Amino acid sequence: MALILNDEQKMLKDSANEFLALNAPVEQFRTLRDDNYTPFDHDLWKEIVEMGWTALTIPEEYNGLAFGYVGLGQVLEEMGKKLTKAPLFSSIVLGGTALVHSTNEGLKKQWIPALMNGNKRIAFAQDEASYFDPTQIETTAKTTKNGYVINGHKKMVIDGQGADAFLVVALTDEKEPALFLVNATQQGVSIKNDILLDAGTYSTLSFDQVALSENDRVSEPSKGNALIQQINTTAAICLSAEMMGVIHAAYSQTIAYLQERQQFGKRIGSYQALQHRAAKLFCEIELCKSIVIKALKGLDEGAKNIDELASLAKAKLGLTIKETTNEAMQMHGGIGVTDDVNIGFYFKRARVLQHLFGDYNYHLNRYAKINKY
Amino acid sequence: MKTDLEDFRLETRKWLEENCPASMRKPIKDSTDYFWGGRNASFHSEDQKLWFERMLEKKWIVPYWDTKYGGGGLSREENNILTQEMTRLGCRKPIFSFGISMLGPALHKFANEDQKMRFLPEITAGKTWWCQGYSEPNAGSDLAGLQTKAEDKGDHYLVNGSKVWTSYANKADWIFCLVRTDFDAPKHKGISFLLIDMATAGVSTRPIKLISGKSPFCETFFDNVKVPKENLIGTLNEGWSIAKYLLTHERQMIGGVGETDVRKELNEIAKESLPMRDGQLVDGVLRNEIAVQEMNDSIFNMTIQRIMDEAKTGVNAGALSSFFKYYGTEQNVSRMELMTAITGSQGLIWEGDEKEAGNQARLFCRSKGNTIEGGTSEIQLGIIAKRILNLPS
Repeated sequence: MALILNDEQKMLKDSANEFLALNAPVEQFRTLRDDNYTPFDHDLWKEIVEMGWTALTIPEEYNGLAFGYVGLGQVLEEMGKKLTKAPLFSSIVLGGTALVHSTNEGLKKQWIPALMNGNKRIAFAQDEASYFDPTQIETTAKTTKNGYVINGHKKMVIDGQGADAFLVVALTDEKEPALFLVNATQQGVSIKNDILLDAGTYSTLSFDQVALSENDRVSEPSKGNALIQQINTTAAICLSAEMMGVIHAAYSQTIAYLQERQQFGKRIGSYQALQHRAAKLFCEIELCKSIVIKALKGLDEGAKNIDELASLAKAKLGLTIKETTNEAMQMHGGIGVTDDVNIGFYFKRARVLQHLFGDYNYHLNRYAKINKY
Repeated sequence: MKTDLEDFRLETRKWLEENCPASMRKPIKDSTDYFWGGRNASFHSEDQKLWFERMLEKKWIVPYWDTKYGGGGLSREENNILTQEMTRLGCRKPIFSFGISMLGPALHKFANEDQKMRFLPEITAGKTWWCQGYSEPNAGSDLAGLQTKAEDKGDHYLVNGSKVWTSYANKADWIFCLVRTDFDAPKHKGISFLLIDMATAGVSTRPIKLISGKSPFCETFFDNVKVPKENLIGTLNEGWSIAKYLLTHERQMIGGVGETDVRKELNEIAKESLPMRDGQLVDGVLRNEIAVQEMNDSIFNMTIQRIMDEAKTGVNAGALSSFFKYYGTEQNVSRMELMTAITGSQGLIWEGDEKEAGNQARLFCRSKGNTIEGGTSEIQLGIIAKRILNLPS
């Protein structure tokens, strides 16, 4: 597989770039934040649906475009560059992956079209501990006469506020992790919201004796682990694509600053101490580009080592996004730590992105485990 | 067209399977596994000779050069297929030659037709062993500050000076040299590119011993050496552009681009040498370092592939040779450091009774040169900053 975009994928990337430059520049991120941390602009979300971005990874049998993850990855990268706020990742990458790979035909028919046309939104509720670890699940789904009853807590639920339903990871009586669909309005569901340093809204959920029917189970018996792993792997790779965009934007703004800022009567980009640091970052970013496209292609082509590729991607991007945004702050000097310029937005967004679905340490450790050492 | 290429692949595979001796499909282990050609060519084994002669007869010593220069005349696609098939079978290169990898591309671009006809067929026949005369004792990173001079004496140039780090100068037949032909011009403007027969009176060499022990490096001295004028390549005083072009090829070679990775995984060596518990290395700090190294090694290999794929679509990858050289050699140096850590006292043995004793420690010492030769890491970072990032001077 050649590690390059084909013409259609390039066209999609270009059109995403143009659309976002026009409709969702970084200034819009600032406006939304200053307007009481508005999670996203609903008009923009409608337009994104009309552009077809929500249909890219949905199979044709559900009227999706079956265009693939390499394509969706280009859109996410462009969104990363502009810090676009939209529920594409939560609803489509997380919710869409869960339902597309589910065998529950009733739920699929009901939800996939609704997610794709943007009428409904779904949020994925997995994390319970503060340090990311998808195996640390205490939420339970006890079998009852008519189905299940859910009890437990979830945190870091992306776009939980205003979601129509939650995909909840819970342990069955057999201690097997399984995935359930819980309507947000259901009795016993309560939601609290926190704003994190990226100005995003993340929810903490409580489930108190929430009664579900047999049909609300998304994962088949004994297939829960596989489905949940599929979601985590897809999420890590798609987040890496978005992180690539954040890295590109923060880096190019920093290089531009080095080219124009004058001190001691010279442009600061002429100083070797800064040149070498900028050049080292360039190299790391070249590596990031390769693993991101390799992993996206792996998703589309069903690569056997997809879990390894996902961990390589999230580890490498996690490390490089930290280095790039830290250097961006330092090289911008005093102006960089003010809220007047945008570079701090990238720094803050980077910290949340690199945490979500496992940070650098988590994925480096997982990479070593996959290679049995 | 596609089916033609598929046919070519099948024919190539069949030919290689029938003609490449089994011993020529094993990974390179030591210096006797290389064949360098030249006037006094010596083969280290019958199979080495057989393999070279068969490839020579097939015109595949340089498969992608024009047939009028003794090349195979293969298209880029065909040459890619041949490389892939050779890699698949693990075939060694029939000859190792700076004439092919470095001088050849420069001659193609800058030499006149007479010069091409004079020198290229000798390269494709493996008859000339070329070495490179660039660095000087006082011109290392500041290569353009070189002082070896070539004075115009009417019908010839008179060359005086010395070169350093000339690999295999004591064995080579010819040297391609950067010489100063104008002392009054700014340093980049007074350099010319000259080819010199090592058998000319006044040329002498002295081997250099490295911290790793013996080495192919030499010093080369020119004492009133007369060089015919037709050995000047390109325009007088414009040799720097040839030098830069050629360095691009050298960097890619040192950075490991286009080479097959036959190295054993670091984690495999660690698993053999170090204690494990519950399927994990007990030393968590070392385990972390190994994982970082392997993460970057693995993604660097993907990057070589990605940039080659991009180059096939016409994207110019020339400026990236500094990236390859910098990153590839830094990875090799840190890999050798880790190997030394993993192998403990065993990795410190310098000489011993066993056949391979000392290999590891010597490779470790040798690796220290990787980030220096062919332009230091700092020089490469400077090139990236200026040429790719357009940072000001």
